[in-house]
Amino acid sequence: MKKTLKVLAVAAAIAVSGGIAASAEALKVGVAAEPYPPFTAPDASGKWEGWEVELMNAVCAEAKLECVLTPVAWDGIIPALTSKKIDMIMSSMSITDERLKTIDFSDKYYNTPTGVIGTKGVDFKPTPEGLAGKTIGVQVSTVHQAYAAKHFAAAGIEVKEYQTQDEANNDLAAGRVDAVQADAIALKAFLATDQGKECCDYKGDVAEDVAVIGPGVGVGLRKGETELKDKLNAAIKAIRDNGTYDTFSKKYFDFDIYGE
Amino acid sequence: MTDQTTHAVAYTPEDLPTARSFFQPHRIVMMLVFAAFVICVAVFMRWDWLPRYLPRLGWGILVSLVMLFSTSILGFLLAVPIGLAQVTGPWFFKLPAKVFCTVVRGTPLLLQLWLLYYGLGSLFPQFPAIRQSFLWPYLREAWPYGVAALTISFAAYEGEVMRGAFAGVPAGELEAAKAYGMSRWTMFRRIWLPRAIHRALPTLNGEAVLQLKSTPLVATITVVDVYAVISKVRQETFLTYEPLLLLALIYMCLTGILVVAFRTFENRIPTRGA
Repeated sequence: MKKTLKVLAVAAAIAVSGGIAASAEALKVGVAAEPYPPFTAPDASGKWEGWEVELMNAVCAEAKLECVLTPVAWDGIIPALTSKKIDMIMSSMSITDERLKTIDFSDKYYNTPTGVIGTKGVDFKPTPEGLAGKTIGVQVSTVHQAYAAKHFAAAGIEVKEYQTQDEANNDLAAGRVDAVQADAIALKAFLATDQGKECCDYKGDVAEDVAVIGPGVGVGLRKGETELKDKLNAAIKAIRDNGTYDTFSKKYFDFDIYGE
Repeated sequence: MTDQTTHAVAYTPEDLPTARSFFQPHRIVMMLVFAAFVICVAVFMRWDWLPRYLPRLGWGILVSLVMLFSTSILGFLLAVPIGLAQVTGPWFFKLPAKVFCTVVRGTPLLLQLWLLYYGLGSLFPQFPAIRQSFLWPYLREAWPYGVAALTISFAAYEGEVMRGAFAGVPAGELEAAKAYGMSRWTMFRRIWLPRAIHRALPTLNGEAVLQLKSTPLVATITVVDVYAVISKVRQETFLTYEPLLLLALIYMCLTGILVVAFRTFENRIPTRGA
C-alpha cells in the first residue's frame, strides 16, 4: 500500500513538473474554432492555415517564442484568455475600447474595411436608410455586431446574431437575412465561393465609426503581461521592417492589408 | 387489480410534505447551507449587469415558455392519435406510427432541428413559388422550425407513452362501457381517453420538464429565448459563472412551477379507493 502511494506521489510530481515545463515553453495562441478564410481555416487534414497562421509563425519566430495554435469557441475566447486556458488571441480580433476594459492588446497587425453583402439583384446601400425594412446578419461578439446594434438596430432594422460567420453566410444564401455585415476581406472570400457567387454580391463599405470598429486587429493579451506585449510589438515592427510581412501577405492579398 | 394500478399513480395527502416536516434537523441544516451559498453568490460575485438585462431576460423567459407550451400542446394532440394507432389501428396506421416514434426517438433533437432549419429551410428559397408565396415571411423566420422540431420530438415520445396508457386501461372498463350501449366514440371520449391520460399524467409531468430543458436548443437557430439572452450576457460582460448560475436558477424555478401545477392537476382528479 505504502509503495503504491509512493509511486503515485512520484508520478503526480512528474506530471505536475512536466505540465509546468510545457506551459513555460509553449504559449497557446487561441483562434476561433471555425473556418475564417483567408485568415484562419483548417485544411482537409485539420491543419490550420491562412494569412494569420503565417503571421503567428513569423511573429513567434521573430520574438523567439514557442507558440501552439489552439482552436477555441469564438464566443468564449476572451473568458478562455482571462482564465489562462490560452495565452494570446490571434483571431482577427479588433482592438476596441469595450474589450480593452477586460483584456490588453498588442499594436495592430492589420486593418481592413467593414462591408456589407446582400442578395443579388436587390439594390441597396449599407446605410440605415438603405437597410430600412430589411434584416441584417452579424456574428456575435464582433465589432460588426456592435456597429449594427449602434447604427442599424437603433434605427429599427432587425439584426440577427449568429455564433459563427459561416452560419450568417448560409442564412443569407438561404434568404433568411437580406444582408450580412462583416470584415470586407472575409466577405469577399465568401463571395468567391460557388455558394457566394450564386446568391450574393458586395453592397459597399459601411460608414466609418472608429469608436466602435477600432483602429485595427491586434493580438489579445491578459492585462499586466507587459513583457510579452513588448516582445510582440517589437516582433510585429521587425517583420514589417524586414519585409517578411509583405512577403507572405502577397500570397493572399493584392493590396497592403496593414492599412494606414 | 384496477384499483391497485390507479392507486399507485395517485398522490395521497399523506405523501405531500406538511409544514411541520419542513423543520426537521437535517432539513434545517440543508436549508442553512443553501442559504449560505446563495448569500455568498449574491455578495461576492458581480451582478451589476443584471438591471440592464432584466427586460430582455423577461422577454426571453416568455419566449421559452411559449415554446414549451405551444410545442407540448401541439405534440400531445399528435401523440393521442399516434398512441391510439399503435394500440388499435390496422397495420397501415400501426406501422407508420411505430416507424415515426422509432426514428424520432432514435436521433438527437439537435440533429432534427438542424436538418429542418439548415437542411429543409435552405432548400425552400430555391423554389420561386415558395419564395413568392404568402408563407415565405414565416418560412424565413427561425421560430417555425423550432416549433416544428420540438413538436415532432414531443409527439414521438408521448406517442409511445400514450400507447402504453391506452393499452393499460383495463379491458373490463371498456367492456362495461360497451355493455352500457355506448358508441365507440362515446366510449373513447368518456372512458378510454380520460383513463389513459390519468394513468399517463405522472409520466407526462416528467416529459414536460424534459421538454422545457430541450427548448434552449432553439437558441442555436437564432431564436432568442432565455438561454440566448444569457449567452449574450456572457459575450458582452465576459463573465462565466454569474449568468450561468442565474440561468440554472431560472430553469429550476420554471421546473418547480411546472411540477407543482401538474401535481395540483393530478390531485384534482378523483381517484376511487385513493
